Amino acid sequence: MSLHDFEKSFQNKIDNEIKIEPKDWMPEAYRKTNLRQISQHAHSEIVGMLPEGNWISRAPSLKRKVILIAKVQDEAGHGLYLYAAAETLGMSREQMIDDLNSGKAKYSSIFNYPTLSWADMGAVGWLVDGAAILNQVMLCRTSYGPYARAMVRICKEESFHQRQGFESLLVLSKGTKEQRDMCQDAINRWWWPSLMMFGPKDSESTNSDQSMKWKIKRKTNDELRQSFIDMIAEQIKLLGMTLPDPNLKWNENRKHYDFGEINWEEFWSVVKGNGPCNKQRLVARNKAHDEGAWVRAAAIAYAEKRKNKLKIKAA
Amino acid sequence: MNIQIKKFYYGDIPDGASENEKPNTHKLTEASWPLWEVFMRSKQGLDHKHAGSLHAADAQMAIENGRDVYTRRQEGISIWVVESKYIHASNPDDSEMFYEPSEDKVYRHPTFYDLPDELKHM
Repeated sequence: MSLHDFEKSFQNKIDNEIKIEPKDWMPEAYRKTNLRQISQHAHSEIVGMLPEGNWISRAPSLKRKVILIAKVQDEAGHGLYLYAAAETLGMSREQMIDDLNSGKAKYSSIFNYPTLSWADMGAVGWLVDGAAILNQVMLCRTSYGPYARAMVRICKEESFHQRQGFESLLVLSKGTKEQRDMCQDAINRWWWPSLMMFGPKDSESTNSDQSMKWKIKRKTNDELRQSFIDMIAEQIKLLGMTLPDPNLKWNENRKHYDFGEINWEEFWSVVKGNGPCNKQRLVARNKAHDEGAWVRAAAIAYAEKRKNKLKIKAA
Repeated sequence: MNIQIKKFYYGDIPDGASENEKPNTHKLTEASWPLWEVFMRSKQGLDHKHAGSLHAADAQMAIENGRDVYTRRQEGISIWVVESKYIHASNPDDSEMFYEPSEDKVYRHPTFYDLPDELKHM
């Protein structure tokens, strides 16, 4: 078979909704795109533990504390599922971690924003995880098998994240004036960065959309963003709070909410490393990795020692 | 194939977009833990099913990590682990000659046999 035939039979599989598995032939660009996307997704889960970990020791009750710990533990698991999926495309775990720690690899910019009050834990669960879920539900049907399987597992666990976030805000919204103000303030700060999570506008794209053709993605950034806005604009009514967008308004013709312009300058600035916490996050990741080095080395030494003992016994 | 994908999605930000990327100071000298495949039985009476992969220094650690990662919500009551390098697999390139011979043997399926409706318990 010529390269052209391989490509044709590959696209055929995609068109017929047959998943691509690690050992199947795939175009190099498909491998690279998936590898970049899955590893970034994994990094996002790992770095995503930092803003929330910040509040574990300061959670207002034991109940909220165990919930937060469970959530952060889930994120670690999600990172692992995704790293394992990315490894099937031929990059070692060490290389990926190294790329994250050196700043070469990217992660979702949302985690470069600080979590300033307890209400942020609710807003992150409701808005940030809510936005992530829309993306992840779509990715359950992505064309690369290992990625799709990881996503199915993640989606099952993620819905608790969003629900606990909303419930936490609901409690605040029924509390004292200070608590309600804190709730509104968190929503104000997380709303726009959450919308940026879906990436640049579709119109910013000059190239034909290969990711859609390969069914890595099945919905565009704008489609996902619109469904998120429609969803949240309704849900916020239950909180009795407002979204910080004077242009947010139901459009009867479009059957969607209209919304104001996103600050794209801010978006690019954070992507380029100049967000409020970019440096802090990388420092924290590197510190954790470096301080864990002796544990990893000790585990290997211990495994070796036990192996040798067994050999001696057998001899 | 030289396809440039310039449009990025959530979780798909181009590499090298950062202004503060530092030269790679870490060296990949650390020995890595081997990769393990984890299989889980969700309840007595069912088969162990592939749950995923993870890195661990030895089998004991692989089982413990498998417990932490795959049974946070009572998804399993028994775990098998095997080092990935010991798994042998059929080659997808051979799948045509490997699996096709069974495609034209419809008589192996019960639905191949046309029987009268009056026939009961069959």
